[in-house]
This record gives sequence, C-alpha cells and structure tokens, in this order.
Amino acid sequence: MTTIMNLSRREVVGGIAAAGLILGVCIGSRQGLAQAVGAPERAAFQPNVYVIIDETGLVTIVAHRSEMGTGIKTGLPMVLADELEANWSRVKVVQAQGDPKYGDQNTDGSRSTRQFYQPMRVAGASARQMLEAAAAHLWNVNAMDCRARNHVIVHVPSGRQLAFGDAARVAATLEIAPPDHMELRFKPKSEWRYVGKSVPIVDLDDIIRGKATYGIDVVLPGMKYASIERCPVYGGKAVRYDAAEALKVPGVEQVVEIPATPIPSGYNPLGGIAVIARDTWSAQQGRQKLKITWDFGPNGTHDTTAYRAQLEATAKQSGRVVRSQGDVDGALAAASRRISVDYFVPYYAHAPMEVPNAVANVAEGKCEIWTPTQFPQQARMTAAEVLGLPVEDVTVNVTLLGGAFGRKSKPDYVAEAALLSRAAGAPIKVTWTREDEIAHDYYHAICAQHLEAGLDAQGRAAAWLHRTVFPAIESTFQPNVTYGSAGELQQGVTDMPYAIANVRCENGPAANHVRIGWYRSVYNIPHAFAVCSFADELAHAAGRDPVEYLRQLLGEPRKLDFAAMNVDYPNYGAPLDMYPVDTGRLRGVLDLAVGNSEWGRPLPPRQGRGVAVHRSFLSYAAAVVHVAVGEEGQVAIRRVDIALDCGLVVNPDRVRAQLEGAVIMGLGNALYGNITVKQGRIEQTNFGDYLVARIDNAPETHVHIVESSAPPGGVGEPGVPPIAPAICNAIFAATGKRIRALPVDPAQLKLS
Amino acid sequence: MPQIKINGAIRNVDADPQMPLLWVIRDILGMTGTKFGCGIAACGACTVHMDGQAVRSCITPLSFAAGHEIVTIEGLGADGEHPVQRAWRAGNVPQCGYCQPGQIMQAAALLKQTPKPTDQQITDAMAGNICRCGTYVRIRAAIKSAAEAA
Repeated sequence: MTTIMNLSRREVVGGIAAAGLILGVCIGSRQGLAQAVGAPERAAFQPNVYVIIDETGLVTIVAHRSEMGTGIKTGLPMVLADELEANWSRVKVVQAQGDPKYGDQNTDGSRSTRQFYQPMRVAGASARQMLEAAAAHLWNVNAMDCRARNHVIVHVPSGRQLAFGDAARVAATLEIAPPDHMELRFKPKSEWRYVGKSVPIVDLDDIIRGKATYGIDVVLPGMKYASIERCPVYGGKAVRYDAAEALKVPGVEQVVEIPATPIPSGYNPLGGIAVIARDTWSAQQGRQKLKITWDFGPNGTHDTTAYRAQLEATAKQSGRVVRSQGDVDGALAAASRRISVDYFVPYYAHAPMEVPNAVANVAEGKCEIWTPTQFPQQARMTAAEVLGLPVEDVTVNVTLLGGAFGRKSKPDYVAEAALLSRAAGAPIKVTWTREDEIAHDYYHAICAQHLEAGLDAQGRAAAWLHRTVFPAIESTFQPNVTYGSAGELQQGVTDMPYAIANVRCENGPAANHVRIGWYRSVYNIPHAFAVCSFADELAHAAGRDPVEYLRQLLGEPRKLDFAAMNVDYPNYGAPLDMYPVDTGRLRGVLDLAVGNSEWGRPLPPRQGRGVAVHRSFLSYAAAVVHVAVGEEGQVAIRRVDIALDCGLVVNPDRVRAQLEGAVIMGLGNALYGNITVKQGRIEQTNFGDYLVARIDNAPETHVHIVESSAPPGGVGEPGVPPIAPAICNAIFAATGKRIRALPVDPAQLKLS
Repeated sequence: MPQIKINGAIRNVDADPQMPLLWVIRDILGMTGTKFGCGIAACGACTVHMDGQAVRSCITPLSFAAGHEIVTIEGLGADGEHPVQRAWRAGNVPQCGYCQPGQIMQAAALLKQTPKPTDQQITDAMAGNICRCGTYVRIRAAIKSAAEAA
C-alpha cells in the first residue's frame, strides 16, 4: 500500500524548506518497519520518498539508498523524474540522512531497484498529476486536458503552457491533494524518457575532477585524527598498555582505550587503543609506539588449515536436511555411475578501495556523524547505543562510499569515531589503515562442500546430494549459532534448479572464530562454485558437451515448487508468485551467453571454455569464459561473455558496468582471494599479500542483457557467482585438471 | 619549514619532513581528491605527478617532494577538461569513483610519456592501480580514446 501526502510548508527535507511543492510518498507498512528498528510510535503518515519542486522549477529528489558504485543514486531518481515528466537537467539529487522516515535504507542484497522502482513511479506520477491539477485550477479547465511535458504543463486543446515552478507554487498554495490509487496514471512505456536509457551517474563530473566527497574526505573545524590498534585475534582485549612513547610523537595529543565488545561483537567496535593526533600520519606514528599486552581470548588457536579439515570432515557426514525429494540413497545405490567430490572456498576480505572511516562530533549531548555507510539507520542505532544517547540525538550524514561490497553495512567503525569524539571533546576522524581492514574484516564465510551424484546408463543425473558447511553470518551477532539460515541456504543450495528426481541437501554445523559478514553475492559464491562445477563434472563423466548437458539438467521450463521439496525458501524477501525460480529464464541466459560466445569453436592446446548459469537475488546470470593456461600454470582469462536477465532495466549502462565489475570480482575470487589464519591472526596484511584482480587480468568482456518487462530483480550481485565456476570449468577444458578448491593453485596446472 | 610547489602554487608546510606527501596534501593542505588506499604503493589510489611523472604520494616523504612540481587531480586540467578526464567522462568509467583520480593521474602520465600506447603499454602502466569495482575494461578503452583524440 502506498500513501501520498502534500507536505508543502510542513516539512524540511535535506535542509531544504523551499517554497513550492513537497511531496512525501509512503510505501508499504511502516508499522512493521517501526517495530523492526525499535522506533517509538510515530504519526500514521511516514513518507519515505521525497520530491520537492520549487518555484524556480528545480526538482529535488531525495536518494535514500547509499551510493557505493552501483549507480542507484542516479537510477531511482531517473524513475521518479521520468514519471514526473521532468527535464533531467533540472533535477538535483540529494542524499538522505539515516532516518526511519525514509523506510528501508539498508543498501544491500541487490534490492534497491526491486523495492523502490514502483514507489518511485508512484511518487513521480503523483507529483505530475498534482502539477497538472494545479494548472487546471489556475486556467479553470479540465485537468484531463492538462499534460506535463518535459518540465512544463501544457493545456492540450489551447497549447497554453505553465512552467513546473509556477505549477508547483499553485499546487503548494492550494494544498492540492494527491491522486488516489485509482486515479494514478502511469506513462506508457513508449513515452519513457529515461528508464531503459543510459544516463550518466549524477556524481560523474565531481568524481573525475577529484571533488566527490567520500567519508574519508570530510573535514570539520577543530577535527582531530585517530588511528586504533586492535587485538590481532577476534575476541581478544587489552590487559594493559603503555602510551608514554606514543605520546612523545610530535602531533600526538591523546591516547584513549575503546573497551572491547564481548564476542560475538555484532555491529559494535572490536575495542582497542586509539591514538588521537593533529593529522592521520602522526596518529599512525604514535600508534606504532604503543606497548600493549593482549589477552587473545578463545580464538587464539584458530587456524584455517585445521579448521578447513574440520569443515571437510563435517561435510563427509550427514547433516541437517534442508531439501529432500525422492529417494537419494536408493537412487545413488542403483546408479550406473556414482560421482563423489568435495569443494572448498576460503575466507575473503572485502577490501573496498576506501577503507572504513567515520567522522563524529559529540557535543552538547548530541552526536553528528559523517560516514560512508550502507546501513545509515544501523550506524545511528549503534552509535546511540555505545554513547548511551537516545537515537533521536544521533544524526548520520551519508557520504559517497568508495566501494563497500557489504563491508560498510556494519558500522563498528562509526561507533569507534563516536566514542573517541566524546573522549576527546572534539570532532574525530577515524581512518582504518589497509592493514586494519584486512586484519579486522567481517570475512566472507569459508565453506566446505561435499557433492554426490548418480548417473543412469545414459549419463543422466538420477540422484543429487549436496552438503554445505560454513560459519553463518548470524554467528557474528548471536552466540552458539552453528547452522546456516534459510536465507543463506537459499543461495545456491535449496534452489538447485536441475531437473533431477532424487535430491537431498544438507547443512552441517560450523563454529565461529572470526567476524563473518555479507560479501558481494554472499553464499552464492561457494554454492554456485560447487553446483556449477559439479554440473560440468557430470557432463564430462557422461561424455557430453557441457552446454548440452546443462540444457538437459535444466529440463523443461518450469518454476520450482518449494513446498514439494520441503524447502523453507525466503526468495530474498520477495514473493514467489512475482519472482519465481524459473528454469526457463536460466535457460534463456544460458542460450544468450553461449550464442554470443564462440562456444564450440576449436582452440589451441592449453586453452578452453567453460560455462555456468546461476540465479541469485531474483536475477539470472550465465557466463562463458575462455581461458589460456600457461606452462607454469598461470591462468589468463581471454574472454568472458556474461548474460543477465534482471527483468526491467532502469539504466542499461550501469547494468553493464555492474556486470563488467562482477566479472573482475569473480575473477579475483577465483584466482587470488584467500584469507588464512594462524594462531587466531590473519596472515595477510595489505594488497601485497591479499591479491585482487588488476588490469592485466581484465578480459575482453561482452555483456548481454535480456530485454524484459518482468519485475526488476537484482543487478549488483548476480553477475559474480557464475564467474569462478565458469573459469574452473574452462581450466578443465584446457588442461584436464579439475579445480575444486579456490583460489586456483597454478602449481596444479603446470605442464608436466 | 618545508616548501612545496603544488598545482602551481608555493605552499609552506608545517609538518614532519618524513610525513608522506599523501597526508600533507589531504590533512595539511586540505585537498582530498588524492586518495588513501594502502599506504605501501600497492594500489595507486594516491597517485600524483612529480615533475610530470606519476608517483605514489603515500610513500613519498614531504622532504623528497620539496623543490619539485607536484600536480594533483585538482590541478590536472583546466576546469577538469584534461583529455584523459574528457575520455573518462565520455566512457562513463567510474563506478564508486574512489580510485579514479589515481587512475586518471596514472593515465595522464602515461600519455604524456607515450602518446600512442599499445595495449601492453597501457596494461603495464596501469597494473599498479587497483579498482575493486572492476572498471578496467573501460579504463583501457578511455585511455585509447584519449590517445586517439590527442
């Protein structure tokens, strides 16, 4: 349900209290949201989309989702501006502060367009019809004869025109009511000006001139700079420290202890010893002189070699059944051929180019924050919690995010700045070093998997057993969580789309030893790696072409029936009738990627192509990858064809950009990403030993987007999961060597 | 007091001569277009020009920079219209945009030295600059386009 209200002369939005039309649109049940965020009872009307049209005709659209590189700060306003018939050059986009009045601001899960496409249309169409009604009133004509056209209202019979600004003044003065649902008229697709066309991002010029403001760029008068030494082991704490030498470093002003949060530490700071100085460099220099005695706590023995063996042993045993159809054990026993393999994916660090950082100013019992955050309302609540302030006394200003990939949905760094500002009595900027970021991340979960299949005499898959074992994200927030949630298992396990009669999926327990968090595409990464690699293994076992075999596995177009599979399937929070798991669309992207690639064309020795197809975040992605493997086992990705069906496309160029980026991130996950732990300490330190993809890895990339009017699905994440398995399948085609553990080990691929 | 010439202006800097130029530029001089990424010259986000050469300001002490001509992204092209900046705009290169000033500075230095680079020369020159969003394909295309426009 959507509610609209004329808020002219009542509301100040983003510091704007302009004369003109201010429109608030409320989407969905705010009551549930208010409960979820712990907000006090609020007035019935809580708008969460705002558009302001001032007397000059300037249209201001409030972007309430965070911009971390997806282009959402441009995409959602495009939808509103289009329905409004606004001229894009007269549109200004302002970033919302963190406030429940904007509804869901947690920018993750590739769901901004999905959740807000329709509300933005409603807001735009409502504002347009109100301007038309205002002009009709002014001219004393029928509103149905008045039409907004590119920033003016036209009286169609007479050709008379009224500028948007003038119409807005009338609409505000008369307090013209918004149209109700029945009266709302959306523009036909043939008249769309922006949706479906490529529009440059609103911050493009600032970025290129070096004028764009990220959190790390915020400067306040009197601001001081902090660098924090944290315990190298998750869950450890400082027993004692000596700050004498640190305080002798020129520029260092103060040393402050941040108390450790008991594990699981959730969104709260890890704790540590902070050095506050007049500039970043001096704070870092002072920090190196700290003498700290740590109690490393219960994770001081965490070791990824031993932990991996433990996860793999667990994956060999029966686990909790999360999907079951038919008789897997019977079908495996009866199979002509039985295949049993294990896959492994390590921990990854996010490594966004902009490290975690925040500026906080605690003064007069209130706290104001500037920070790059994906989750501004959580940042506000966490800061309020650690300061013991009511949440209303904390303001969170959202800057641009220099990459995030899930890291910046956890505001531990924001709370650090808030605590230090209070201690220092001055504005504080906390800037993590890259070493901090690698050593104290919320890591992508390490994961061991065991798969078995039974093939019949014709090579068709008759049985499928999939066991996955990984530390759950919830284990970062709650003690004693060892199993994955339905939301984690839906990511490539319980939604396995192949037409196989006997299927069982299981999840085994895993203890938590580091902070685990969302990382672009999340559990789809290990699960798609296993499922899409295994499909390729089955194809080769059956002596079939992998594409042909995949088509057979996908079967006739159908929608997965989760009730029949005994599966609790959250479907990324979306209704299954609107967003089914549709194997026909998987087949569609598979055919699109394959058809545009050079699949089947002969290649020289040590080169090969691999394919993978996967649904995640309500969208469908397929990739064909061409690799060349050198004599020393080095893998070069020559070409990638990636296809996406994400339903309706708002800004095609940004969808392309997300897929180009997904190829690079998937490639980095496959070839390089690897966080290892010894004695509880992360062994990697910086980009010298935590490797990521660089331009020399970048393949010729061909993006293919399905034309669709289906409801919009995700874009930011769905491109990543098929890349690693397609690369490894291509490596098999090139070398006959099957990669079952990431990152790819070139030593295994040396020409012998 | 150390003195540096930056974007054409002489600036006196009250800071430890060992302070990396990056933090001098950002914290002392208040120009934030030059970014911190790693602190060990492994990512290129902090790239500036010193006498026309691309250098990593995060490992360049203030004392080394003194007496040289420093140019940052803010001073690259008059009104942001350097050919590389134009090519970046036309190609819609940035995603999050954070690494892009460093990428642009690196590309501008490359084209100054090698106006018509080969693909391999582009790769070699740009391999020190990380973009986690993965804009590499567009970076390559934009450099070629800037080279052709020159």
